Amino acid sequence: MSENDYCGHFPIGVSMATMSTAIETIDPMDLKTESGKRRIARMKKEKSLYILMIPGILYFVIFKYLPMWGLTIAFQNFQPILGFLKSEWVGMENFRDFFSSPDFFMIFRNTLVLSLLNIIFYFPMPIVLALLLNEVRQAAFKRAIQTIVYIPHFISIVVVASLTYVLFTTAGGAVNILMERLTGETINFLGSPRWFRPLIIGQTIWKETGYGTIIFLAALAGVDQNLYEAAAIDGAGRFKQLIHITLPSIANVIVILLILRMGQVLDNGFEQIFLMTNALNRNVAEVFNTYVYTVGITQGAFSYSTAVGLFKSVIGVILVLGTNGIAKKFGHSGLY
Amino acid sequence: MIRDTSMGSRIFDTLNILFLSAFALLTVLPFLYIIAGSFASEKQLATEAFFVIPKEVSLDSYRYILSSNTIPRSALVSIGVTLFGTFVNLFFTVTMAYPLSKKRLPGRNGIINMVIFTMIFSGGLIPTFLVVKGMGLLDRYASLILPIAISPFNLIVVKSFFQEMPEELEESAIIDGCSRYGVLWRIVLPLSMPVLAAVGLFYAVGHWNSFFSALIYLSSPKKWPLQVILRQMVMLAQFTAANMDSFDSDFVRPPEQSIKMAVIVLSVVPILFVYPFIQRHFTKGVMIGAIKG
Repeated sequence: MSENDYCGHFPIGVSMATMSTAIETIDPMDLKTESGKRRIARMKKEKSLYILMIPGILYFVIFKYLPMWGLTIAFQNFQPILGFLKSEWVGMENFRDFFSSPDFFMIFRNTLVLSLLNIIFYFPMPIVLALLLNEVRQAAFKRAIQTIVYIPHFISIVVVASLTYVLFTTAGGAVNILMERLTGETINFLGSPRWFRPLIIGQTIWKETGYGTIIFLAALAGVDQNLYEAAAIDGAGRFKQLIHITLPSIANVIVILLILRMGQVLDNGFEQIFLMTNALNRNVAEVFNTYVYTVGITQGAFSYSTAVGLFKSVIGVILVLGTNGIAKKFGHSGLY
Repeated sequence: MIRDTSMGSRIFDTLNILFLSAFALLTVLPFLYIIAGSFASEKQLATEAFFVIPKEVSLDSYRYILSSNTIPRSALVSIGVTLFGTFVNLFFTVTMAYPLSKKRLPGRNGIINMVIFTMIFSGGLIPTFLVVKGMGLLDRYASLILPIAISPFNLIVVKSFFQEMPEELEESAIIDGCSRYGVLWRIVLPLSMPVLAAVGLFYAVGHWNSFFSALIYLSSPKKWPLQVILRQMVMLAQFTAANMDSFDSDFVRPPEQSIKMAVIVLSVVPILFVYPFIQRHFTKGVMIGAIKG
C-alpha cells in the first residue's frame, strides 16, 4: 500500500515510460570493462557521492528489500514471538489452504470482474476525452476544460467515497431524493451487491478520466501537423484524418497502457474498494488486496495472507511479461 | 492548418463543445453541491435534490464540528505530517538522485536497476507491516513518513532533471574548490527549483490524502489525521464514538447530511487551494522523464 499511495498520482504508463528511459540512458562507458584499480581509485575520488546516497539506499534496503525477504514467511507458520528465523517451515501448505478455501473462487471472480469492467468501461474514457479535446479549436476553452477535469485526481479517495455516500445514501442523499420524485422509489445503492460494481467503476471514471488524458494529449502534441495539411489537400475530412493520422499516432501508447493494465488485473484500487465495502456487499467486494488486509492485519494470519499476496504478485509479473511478448508479436515496440 | 468548414464539421464542433462542457460540469457539480449543502438549512437539504446556492446561509454545521477538538487536532496532525513528510521525501530523493545522475559513477547502474525492480515487484502489505512493526514504528508518526520516504518514480524524474544540467557548471565550481556537497547545495538545487516544486507538491498531496497508513499503523485515535476522521464521520457515521472528544452537547445537532458535507469541505479546501500551483507544475514534472525516450 505504501507504494500505491504515490504511484496512484501518475498514470501508470508514465512511470513505465520513465523506467524504460532510465534503462536506455545507461552510459555505455560504464559497461566497458575497466581495470579494478582505476575503478577503485575513481570510487575513492567520488566518496562524497556515495555518502550522499546512504539514506536513500538504506531506505530501499529496509522498506523495499527487507519486505521481499519477508515474503519467505509465506512458506512458514510464522509466529511473531518466534520471529523469521525460528518459525516452523511448512512448504506450500499456506498456498494449498488458500486454493482449497471457498474464499479463493469468490476473490478470484470479484477481482477479475472488477478489472474487466474497468478495462471495458474506464480504459477507453481518457482516450475518447483526449481525442475530443484534441479536436477543440479554441485554445482557451480547451485549457479551461483541462483545468477542471484534472481536479478530481488530486482529491483523496476518502473524499471521493464520502461524496458517494453523501450523494447516494437513502437517508436524504440527493440522488435518492431525485429518484423518489421521478419513480416514487428509492434505491439502496450503498448497501446492495448489485450496485457495488457500477459505483466503483463510476468513481474511477469520475476521478481519473481527466488526468488519464495527459499521456495521450502528450502523444497527440507530437504528431506532425504537416500530415494533417497533406491529408486535407488530398481531400481527407476530419473523420478520415482521425482514423488515418491521429489514432495510429497514439496506438503505441494505447497498447503499452493496455499491457500495463493487463499486468495489474489482480490489483484493484485497494483503498477505494476497502472504503466502499460493507457487510451487505462483501460478497462482490472482497478482492485479493482487501482479503490480504482482512485476514492478515485484522485477523493476524500473517503467513497465510502473505502467501495470498505472493501468489497475486507472481501472477502479475507473469501477466506483464506475457502481454508484453504478445504486443511485440503484433509489431508494437512493447516495454522492454 | 487548413480549416474544414463543412456543415458536418461545424455540427461536430458544436456537439463536441457541448459534450466537454457537460463533462466538466459533472466534475465540479458534486463539489458545488457539497459546499452549498454544508451551509444550507435542513429543509432545503431534504426537499431539493441538487442545488448550488443555499437559500439561507447557516454556519451551524461548521460551528458544530469545530466545537470538539477532534477535527482541529486531526487537521493539525495532517498539516504536520504533510510538511515534515514532504521535507523528508525531498531530502531522501535529492540526496539519492544527485549521485545517480552522474553517469560515470561506478555502481550506478546496479543501484538504478535495484530501484526499478521495486516498481515491478514488492514485498506487499504484510511483510512491509512486519518490518514497520519490527522497527518499533507502530503508533508513531514516523510510520506515516519513513516507509514512503522515496517514490521510485519521483526519484527517476529528479535524477533525469539533474542529468540534463550542463556539467561545465559543476566542474568549474569544483575547480574553484567547492566540494560535491557545496555544488549540490549552491549550484544544482537553486537551478532545480521547478522540478523540486513539482515533485514536492506531489509528495505533499500524497501525504495530505493518505489514510491507509494511518489506519493500519496508528492505533491511538488521538493521533489520527483528518482523512481517517473523515471516514469515521461520513462513512461510519460515528459522531460520538468513544474514541473521539465529544461534540458540544448544548448544541441542537444540525442535520447529519450537512455535518458530513462540512467535514468533506474542510478536508478538500487545502487541495483546492494548492491546485493552481500544482497545475502550473505538474504537466511539466510528470512528463520530464517520459518525453525524452
